[in-house]
Amino acid sequence: MMLNKNTGGWIIFTSLLIAFLLTALPLPIWADDWRPAWVAMVLIYWCMALPERIGIGIAWCLGLLLDVQQGTLLGQNALGLALIAYFVIQIHKRFRLFPLVQQSCLIGFIIIFYLLISSWVSGIMGIPPQTWAYWMPAISSMVLWPWLFVILRDIRRQYNVA
Amino acid sequence: MRIVAFILASLIMMTVDHRQGHLERVRSVLTVFVYPLQYVADLPVTVINWASESLTTRAGLVKENTRLREEQLILSSKVQKFEILEAENERLREMLKSSEKLGERVLIAELLAVDLQPFRHQIVINKGRRESVYEGQPIVDANGVMGQVVHVGPFSSTVLLLTDPMHAIPVQINRNGLRSVAVGTGQSHVLQLEHLPNNVDIKEGDLVVSSGLGSRFPPGYPVGIVYNISRVPGEPFAKVTILPSAQLEKSREVLLVWPKSISQLPSNFESPLDDPNLLDDLDVSAWQ
Repeated sequence: MMLNKNTGGWIIFTSLLIAFLLTALPLPIWADDWRPAWVAMVLIYWCMALPERIGIGIAWCLGLLLDVQQGTLLGQNALGLALIAYFVIQIHKRFRLFPLVQQSCLIGFIIIFYLLISSWVSGIMGIPPQTWAYWMPAISSMVLWPWLFVILRDIRRQYNVA
Repeated sequence: MRIVAFILASLIMMTVDHRQGHLERVRSVLTVFVYPLQYVADLPVTVINWASESLTTRAGLVKENTRLREEQLILSSKVQKFEILEAENERLREMLKSSEKLGERVLIAELLAVDLQPFRHQIVINKGRRESVYEGQPIVDANGVMGQVVHVGPFSSTVLLLTDPMHAIPVQINRNGLRSVAVGTGQSHVLQLEHLPNNVDIKEGDLVVSSGLGSRFPPGYPVGIVYNISRVPGEPFAKVTILPSAQLEKSREVLLVWPKSISQLPSNFESPLDDPNLLDDLDVSAWQ
């Protein structure tokens, strides 16, 4: 049983790398508001699938990197992602059993929570988000979650990431 | 509870990052890891640009060549006039015993096509501490001031654009030397002039240039054109909007400027701009 411990770390690494790339990828202006919270979604998947490997600490470090990449206040995304990881790890057993539609709804709420924390921080700095477009990532993440889930699950099974 | 520790750590970091600059070094180190990602995200755009450049037809190239030749002719004729004017200006300044303006050192940087946080107006450029870029350095493009550097990494830097709601630049109207401060509104094509009384002498179409007060931006670079003035009788200040001259969303190449610092100017330097009443404006260029 100990044989398979900590395999496929590079799969996790690559999936997060791609999530970071997708976050930075230039999009046309109309699509920009709809960019899903890629890093948060991939993080949620791994927290749910492998809670003993991907925890709050890793989530926090990822958030810090995201802050540097996005030019936000250092700690803004780190706070959000650490809270997301905490929440998902708390409910990961139930989460795995949910049907995909129910998972999507939950993802929508989690991303709204994540955006809310970020908007509080921006609000305290004096630049609160001014349009409804700020909340669009929650909807697009919700819509894309089933595909992401299926793809990552298949990859995880294929390469035996444990 | 680890989560509490992480929440506290985030809150402390955010406070320190917002209030003081101690975390710039941390950010700068982390940029080293992030830069490759941004570089890769930018690659498709670079490849497309390169492909469209190398696949242009001969006719297209000839056309462009002709256009550039004409432009070059016009520009060089302008430069001839400019040289005479510069000499004359120098002579006049010598008579007035004030220093001549020297040209600033500039360096071309390329924009990385990466998207940052939405609702902020920031861009990433491919020059960093290695090229001795510094925090607060002004950035211009072919048409005017674009913004200033806010974070410097070893290989890349983040630039805050004029239109960001947290940006302000001291300016003056080119026509009559009237001073003001242009602040970003968060909308991509609009700046606003602050604290201009209702009866102020300003017209639509006036050119607004950087005034050099606050010694962050070099004086005399175009900032924008006055677009709309609304004077509401009950309000203390007129609402003046200007359109930025720089192509904030189209430029692919930008210029980093190393302005001549004020301390290098002779002590008897007296510009008509140095009005003690407006010393309060000096610190506004630093973004709060």
